[in-house]
Amino acid sequence: MTGRPVGPVTSPGTRADAGDWGTDEISVLYQGRLALDKITLRAVAGQLTAVVGGDGAGKTTLLRCLAGVLAPGSGHVRRPSARQIGYLSAGSGTYPDLTVQENLDFRASAYGLSSAQAREQSGDLLGRAGLDAARDRLAGQLSGGMRQKLGVIAAMLTSPRLLVLDEPTTGVDPVSRSGLWWLIARAAADGCAVVLATTYLDEAERAAAVLALDDGRELAAGTPDQIIAAVPGTLRSVAGRPPGSDEQRAWRRGGRWRVWDPPQSASGAGQPIQPDLQDAVTVAALARELRLAGSLR
Amino acid sequence: MTAAPPVTPAAAAAGPLALCDGVSRQFGEFTAVSEVSLAVRAGEIVGLLGANGAGKTTLIRMLLGLLPASAGKVLLFGAPPSRGTRRRIGYLPQGLGLYDDLTPEQNMEFSAAVFGTKRAELPASLRPYAGTPVGSLPLGLQRRVAFAQALSHRPDLLILDEPTSGVDPLGRARLWDTIAGAAAAGAGVLVTTHYMEEAWECTRLVIMADGRVVAQGTAPEIVGTAQVTVVATPAWADAFRALEEARMPVALAGRALRVPGAEPAEVQRVLTAAGGAAGQQARVSAAPATLEERFFQLAQPGSETEATG
Repeated sequence: MTGRPVGPVTSPGTRADAGDWGTDEISVLYQGRLALDKITLRAVAGQLTAVVGGDGAGKTTLLRCLAGVLAPGSGHVRRPSARQIGYLSAGSGTYPDLTVQENLDFRASAYGLSSAQAREQSGDLLGRAGLDAARDRLAGQLSGGMRQKLGVIAAMLTSPRLLVLDEPTTGVDPVSRSGLWWLIARAAADGCAVVLATTYLDEAERAAAVLALDDGRELAAGTPDQIIAAVPGTLRSVAGRPPGSDEQRAWRRGGRWRVWDPPQSASGAGQPIQPDLQDAVTVAALARELRLAGSLR
Repeated sequence: MTAAPPVTPAAAAAGPLALCDGVSRQFGEFTAVSEVSLAVRAGEIVGLLGANGAGKTTLIRMLLGLLPASAGKVLLFGAPPSRGTRRRIGYLPQGLGLYDDLTPEQNMEFSAAVFGTKRAELPASLRPYAGTPVGSLPLGLQRRVAFAQALSHRPDLLILDEPTSGVDPLGRARLWDTIAGAAAAGAGVLVTTHYMEEAWECTRLVIMADGRVVAQGTAPEIVGTAQVTVVATPAWADAFRALEEARMPVALAGRALRVPGAEPAEVQRVLTAAGGAAGQQARVSAAPATLEERFFQLAQPGSETEATG
């Protein structure tokens, strides 16, 4: 796989390699199985890195290691000091019994910011995220999208150098999602290294770098263009479910079917197509599945 | 997935499976659903899209017969919702609706007992987990069990509320294959999703905002000729700050910026006025909007009603 970072491995908290954080071949054993298997991730200042995969792929474990909540069994993590990390855990990370403003004030005081400072920092963000009118509402009464926006604003409040967001957009409607994306872009524009987990490939396509996980393993890594260029073999589009042995290398997309032909295999009928990131990650998952089943070398 | 027979013309001609005609629902002073009309026919996959609070869940609850309409007419299989019509519906709620302490097998058995049908077999891919309590299965498997359960009594109408949330692309493609298989076998499907990529799997889309239908049609019909402004620049962070100061709805896409609802000339003017790197190196052009960007425009308060078909 291309794009592996090579560089000095530093212990957490050192700033020898400031602005270039990440994990180097970290592994995590959980309940007797490898939750992460030698995973390398790079988080660069002013850049957005997306970690993609379905439920149970290892996204949360990786982000917890990066944020310093969990220690990996092996490998190294490079991260700034805890004060310089903004971490939003899966499921929003806000206090439901506190109001929007109280959540932010509490976070600020935990980080040693005065509430005046916090209000100045958060004022514009709350306004732009459409939460201004909700300052006095309990976080537990907000819609899912609003609660996630509050979680991201809280994580951004202390101007972190590394922002780690665990599925901030899952289950969030497109309108709230665009507000979340505005906040995320704003953090990157301000020079923060942003790492976000998502199950949506169209979101990952907006990131400067992508790491796709499946069952704790790296499925693909690099810029979206590199991942797309690395797709082995060819893809074609056919109208209906393909017959015979093609079926196990086919999947449905947009009302039609995609068929993947591995290198050195004969291609069947259909319209050749250029893969996008979603196709590339699907091919990688399919190839892994076929290899595990012994039907692909 | 077994091959399904195609929908017969007779079934398609028999009238809509689900019909809402000018349906409204009030909660006190609040109007959750306002004069909504839509139909789901046999063999059709209708995507119901809308922001949170747009009225989708209230509409689904009325279709399920859990909530009466304040005004208008709801018909299922040509009759008002009842216990009888509920038997012909397969419903997959967001929370999956499984009993965590029961195994997949027991969940299916329970469902069959409730519907008064013969217990359906678990799909082969789920049989290895038949004896494990659902609560200790990974979410992806739970979702497949819930799908199998919703389909087990061979419903004529499927109502699926965000069925693929949290699923990886290959798993999602397979769930959509199951949905399309049910439609090809003659079921009508009403499905909600927040993922616009999936909207392309639907025969037709209905977009709701503020309790109303603001657009209906196929995905290409809804996107139409809508355009956004794209800014390609090596200094994206400078351009982003300049545009956000001008209060434009700017979004980051890789290293480019997309600005829905603003003309290229307007964007160029802001970038030039900002000076510095933001103004000098930017290439500003118009590009076709994505379905998500079009949806965003339609979901804005005060958006024009433009039902297309």
